Amino acid sequence: MFNESHSLRTATSRVRYLGAARSGTQHNWHMRATSIALVPLTIGFVWLVLSLIGKDYATVRSTLGSPVPALLMLLFLGTGIFHMMLGMQTIIEDYVHGAHSKHWALLANTFFCVVIGLACVYAILRISFV
Amino acid sequence: MAEVKTPSAPASSRRPLSPHLDIYRPMLTMMMSIAHRITGTALYVGTLLLVWWLVAAATDAKSFSVISTFLASIIGRVILFGFTWALFHHLMGGLRHFIWDTGRGMDHPEREYLAQATLGGGIILTILVWVIAYAVR
Repeated sequence: MFNESHSLRTATSRVRYLGAARSGTQHNWHMRATSIALVPLTIGFVWLVLSLIGKDYATVRSTLGSPVPALLMLLFLGTGIFHMMLGMQTIIEDYVHGAHSKHWALLANTFFCVVIGLACVYAILRISFV
Repeated sequence: MAEVKTPSAPASSRRPLSPHLDIYRPMLTMMMSIAHRITGTALYVGTLLLVWWLVAAATDAKSFSVISTFLASIIGRVILFGFTWALFHHLMGGLRHFIWDTGRGMDHPEREYLAQATLGGGIILTILVWVIAYAVR
């Protein structure tokens, strides 16, 4: 950490521009918007999964590949994975304080969510069109 | 207010701390707040199961039968039951946040009722979905 006793700079000068990144409102708004969307989407997702219980491979594929379930899944996964990326970002910012470990954790969170998200979208599209 | 206890600590780390988990007496509202984060994290990890299921369905019948067999096993069912509860508990917690966003439900009896409703609602919806799941199987 910076040694304050050997500095000629004033306390104010040292902390200036190190405050809030001014992105908190946007993060909060994104969280609220995705939360609102996820209420009906989650109900739809649970309903869809319930309708697939005990069904064979061909039926699962034809259901997941038809327009309404496929769109529902794409919306649920896109919104849900963005929501969970924001949520995990908050958890990391709250609990991981090391300068390097925090940034690696935030990077890992972004990578995880992008990979999971793209894999899900690719799977849905492949089931729909191949 | 809480303070760092070691008297020999340098002045910079003897500054006052916000009250934290070790200091508060456990309360339902606080447990539901922690449960919201834990269920959120569980759902985060749980997406691995969802992506496995979807990619298997997109691949071929053999891959799909592997995940289907796993999910139908005892361990698979326990994981899916936990997944269902985490999803509904987190959903109930989210609805509670919507109520708070309007400025309501923060006073003493209301916030306790909301915490109880979050816990109870999540459990009831989980059981309801599993009853339906076994009925339609």
